[in-house]
Amino acid sequence: MGLDFNDETFRGDYTFRNSPRAIARFPFPFPEDSYMYSVNMEPHLPGRPGSVFEHVFDVDEHYVAEMRDRALVLAEDPLRCQSLPHMTLAGWDLLELIMVAKARDYPQWFSLTQDGNRWHWVIRPLQIEQSFTFLDETTLPCGPMEYITRQTQGDFTLQDQRDDNLWIEAGMVTTQADWSLDFDIGMSFHEWHAPVPLAHEMRVFDRALKFLLNLQLGAPVRRFNWTMTVDPLLDTSPENYPKWGPSKTTMTADTIGHRQHLRVELQTLHRLPRSNAIVFPIRCYLIKFEELVTVPKWARRLHRVVRDIPDELATYKGFIRNKPLMLDYLSKYDDGAPTSPGIWAD
Amino acid sequence: MHAPPSIPSRPVYGTLTARPGRGHLMVADGEGAEALLAMVAQAEDASNLLATAQIIYMPGPNGTDLSDRLQALTPARFHRSPSFAAALPRLQKVLADAHMGLQIYAAGSEGLIGQVQQQAMFAGLPWQAVQTEHRGSTVRRVQCVHCKGITENVRTDPFVCSHCGLNLFVRDHYSRRIAAFQGVNIDAEDPGLVPPAQERFA
Ligand code: HEM
Repeated sequence: MGLDFNDETFRGDYTFRNSPRAIARFPFPFPEDSYMYSVNMEPHLPGRPGSVFEHVFDVDEHYVAEMRDRALVLAEDPLRCQSLPHMTLAGWDLLELIMVAKARDYPQWFSLTQDGNRWHWVIRPLQIEQSFTFLDETTLPCGPMEYITRQTQGDFTLQDQRDDNLWIEAGMVTTQADWSLDFDIGMSFHEWHAPVPLAHEMRVFDRALKFLLNLQLGAPVRRFNWTMTVDPLLDTSPENYPKWGPSKTTMTADTIGHRQHLRVELQTLHRLPRSNAIVFPIRCYLIKFEELVTVPKWARRLHRVVRDIPDELATYKGFIRNKPLMLDYLSKYDDGAPTSPGIWAD
Repeated sequence: MHAPPSIPSRPVYGTLTARPGRGHLMVADGEGAEALLAMVAQAEDASNLLATAQIIYMPGPNGTDLSDRLQALTPARFHRSPSFAAALPRLQKVLADAHMGLQIYAAGSEGLIGQVQQQAMFAGLPWQAVQTEHRGSTVRRVQCVHCKGITENVRTDPFVCSHCGLNLFVRDHYSRRIAAFQGVNIDAEDPGLVPPAQERFA
C-alpha cells in the first residue's frame, strides 16, 4: 500500500490507528472549554501547512483503507448512494471540483489531463486510470457523483436550491453519525434537521439556511460537528444500529482508552457552477481517547466539554450511558489548569 | 433518541376548500368522508364541483365506512375500494391522465394522505398540489429503518416490525418520499430489554 497510507480496518479486527503525525494534525473541534450549538461557519480558506485545512479536500494516511471500507458498505447496501434524476449535472460539478483540486494540491498522487471535454484521470494510490468525456455519463462506469465519491474520503450530499430552500436530493453516505440518506432524501433543510434538539428553538437552522441560500461560487465555508463512537467504526448507520449498538455496553475502564473515539466531522459547503446546487462534504476523523490525551490541552478541554454538556445533547449524540466512564478516564488528564483559546495544540 | 412532541419533518395538514378547476380528484378513507362532505357543503358552486368530481373512497383503519353518505352526493364518478392497495392502480391511472387544472384533495388517515401525495410526486406533480385534511384514525404508517419494510396501521409504541420482527420505537421523523414515519430498533443496545407497548395511536 506504500508508505503514505495505512493498511488498516474500520470493522472486524479494527486495526485503525493514527500515527503521531495524524494525531498532531487532528482537527480538534473545540475552540473553548464548553460546547453548545451555534451557527459556526467560517470561510473555507487554505489553512496552516500540514493541517487538515491546508487544501480544499484533505487526503490523509487513512485514504486507501477508507475507500476499501466504503466499497464494503456499498456492496451490502446500495441505498447508501442515491441521486434523484435531476441531480446528475450537480454530480458532474462535484466531479470537476474534486478532480481539479486534487490534481493541483497532490500532484504526487492525482493527475488530470483535460483536452476539451476529453479528460484523463489518474489516482496512483488506488491504481485508477480513467479516460472519459466530461458531461457524458456513458463514458464512466457509473454516475458522476458515485464515481468520484467512491474515490474520495468523506460523505457527500448534494442539495438542489429552489423555493428559497435546499433539498437533499443526492448523496454518498457510508460514514454517517447515525442518520439515513435513504430516509431523508427529498427533504428540505428544516425537515432533515428535524430530529436535532434545541437548535431549532435557538433559530440556528433559520439563520444557517438564510446564509447558505446566498452562498457564492468560489467562496466555500466550513464548520465542525462531532460525536462519540465506540470502536473505530465509520459506518455508524441507523440501518446497522442493531449490529453496532451493543458495542456501547461492553466498554470498560480498562478498554475505554483504546475503544472510545472522538468523532469529528469537518463539513464544508460549496456552491456548484452549472447546477447552482450546493455540495456538502462531511469528512469524518476518528481519534482514540488514548491518542487524544497525548495532547494535554485537548485532554483538559475534552474533559470539561463532556462534563458540562447538556443531557439533551449527550442523549442525542448517543453517549449518555458512557458519560460517567468517559469522565473517569478524562478527569485524570485535567489538572484544572487554564487552556489557551482556539483549537490548536500548545 | 426521544423526539420532541412535534418536529419540523412532521407533516402539517390543513382544511379542504374547493378550488376552481377543470376536474376534482378526491381521495379519502374513514372519517375523511366528513371532510369531503364539509367541503362540498361550503363550496360556492357545489353542483358544478360535483359534476366534475371523482371520489375514490375506502374504509378507515378503524373500520369507519361512510360510503353511503359520499355516494349520495352523486359525484360524476364514485369508486369504493376495499383498501388503499386495491385503489392504487386506479389512482395511478387518474394521476397519469391528469390535465392542467386538476384539483387533488386527500382526507382521512395520515397513511392515506401521505400515499396520495407520494403518488402525485411519482406522477410528476408537486406534492404541494395535494390539499390535505387529517380526520379520524391516528394510526401510523412506519418504515423500519433496518429492513426497509413498511408496517401499516401501527397503534403501539414500541411495535414489532411486520417484516423483520425487530422491536421498533416510532419516531416523529417523517419521509414524504417514503410516506412513512421512521421506526428504530428499541433494544439494539440491550437486546431483549423492550418496554411494554403503549397504545399511542388509535
Ligand atoms: C446543507 C447541508 C447540510 C446537510 C445535508 C446537513 C445534514 C444534517 C443531518 C442529516 C443531520 C442529522 C439529523 C438527524 O439526527 O437525523 C444534521 C445535524 C446537525 N446539523 Fe446539519 N446539515 C447541513 C448543514 C448544516 C449547517 C450549515 C449547520 C449550521 C449551523 C448545521 C447544523 C447541524 C447541527 C447543529 C446538527 C446536530 C449535530 C449533532 O449534535 O451531532 N447543519 N445535519
